[in-house]
Amino acid sequence: MSVVGHPPPPFFKRGPAPLARLAFFVILSLALLVFDLKYRTLEWVRQGVAVALYPLQRAAYTPVDLYEQVGAYFSRLGAVQQENAELKRKELESANWLLRQQHLELENQRLRELLDMRARQPVSGTLAEILYTARDPFSRRVIVDKGSQHGIAGGQAVVDESGVLGQVTRVFPLQSEVTLVTDKNQAVPVKILRSGLRTVLFGASGGQLELRFLAANADVQPGDLLVTSGLDGVYQPGLPVARVARVDRDAAYSFARILCEPVAGVEKHGQVLILGAREPLPPQVEETEARDKPLKGRRARKKE
Amino acid sequence: MAIQPTHSSRRILLPVKQWFILFSLAAAFFLDLIPLGHAVGVPDWVALVLAFWSVREPQRVGMGTAFVAGLLMDVASGSVMGQHPLAYLLLAYAGGGLSRRILWFPLAQQALHVLPMLLATQLVMVVTRMAGGADFPGWGFFLGSFSGALLWFPLTFVLLLPQYQPVERDENRPI
Repeated sequence: MSVVGHPPPPFFKRGPAPLARLAFFVILSLALLVFDLKYRTLEWVRQGVAVALYPLQRAAYTPVDLYEQVGAYFSRLGAVQQENAELKRKELESANWLLRQQHLELENQRLRELLDMRARQPVSGTLAEILYTARDPFSRRVIVDKGSQHGIAGGQAVVDESGVLGQVTRVFPLQSEVTLVTDKNQAVPVKILRSGLRTVLFGASGGQLELRFLAANADVQPGDLLVTSGLDGVYQPGLPVARVARVDRDAAYSFARILCEPVAGVEKHGQVLILGAREPLPPQVEETEARDKPLKGRRARKKE
Repeated sequence: MAIQPTHSSRRILLPVKQWFILFSLAAAFFLDLIPLGHAVGVPDWVALVLAFWSVREPQRVGMGTAFVAGLLMDVASGSVMGQHPLAYLLLAYAGGGLSRRILWFPLAQQALHVLPMLLATQLVMVVTRMAGGADFPGWGFFLGSFSGALLWFPLTFVLLLPQYQPVERDENRPI
């Protein structure tokens, strides 16, 4: 078996027994699991390795990118023209709203000044593109091409042209990870636009959303639009999230089973808008004055 | 001589090169990085190559390699730290322990041995993640193991390619 010039296989020096080695490594990985799931203390390891892996990841994205580009090149001219016509029609339709919105916003501001109310927060946004879906099959996340180098921070809300898509949950220097609203561990405080009922929306399996813990006789109908209530300090109030698809009122359970469909193109890829971080809700009225100054400074710095 | 298995495919191989093991693992990792979304039936390439080397070369590729590869996979796929190392560790342990038994069989039966190992790897991942409160990914998730076991044939050929030596027939030599 042995080839001339090679030492014979080490029969006697084999290190610790396999079972001992297995026990050591299993305990190590269980410790990793607990630390990551319970305490979230391993983000720095992840950041470091992710930065090192970034070029490799971009390289691995090339074949998919190439495929998409070739597909786009061969997509028929007709389809593009049709899409163009559709977009023009949509723009005209929304122009009506947009033109009046400017006027309404000014009016709103004036009225608020008259009433001496706190001004509504200005909304800023960063345009980003969804690169790909994260490989992890246990969660619903996508990777977008803007990261901490572009001023993205964890917790920012992500929307597309029709509604809320999700929230930035992990930021790397050049890209960030967005957890979609359909993820099981993602919750969005919403209110029902028709009745004003406030509740919390959770992700459910199969790309759907679920309203949990609503009484069996709650005022919810199929077709109701759910918009963010803004109570969480994360999402701006009034962004559409989902539409109620089915309401099962079973007398055997004390809660109704309400399934909703997301409004945004959650499973589609394309351009998204990462909304600027909301200013934290004022905890006390007295602190508002002191709080305003550093915030203004921060905003001014961002503009530079 | 009579009790020796005499499969026609069994040839005397050159010793394996360390750099080739590392290169094949890196190539598998690169294949795993290609973002295919939640496509069903795509095998976990790193697990497959790891199973291959832990069966072929249990002295060189063992639980340490599995642990490091698992950590890299965790970061690359954005999953919980520790999920892939735990699963790959058990795979490498089983591969190393069953190595002498598995190599005795022809390729089809080797693939049948590898299939439950790959399935158990995926099962460990599902159990750890569901214990952490994640969603069940659906039964299609396990299809990756079956396609992986089918790939055992081409994989064996490709990964042993640098170790083959030209067949030279000699009338005066018994083997």
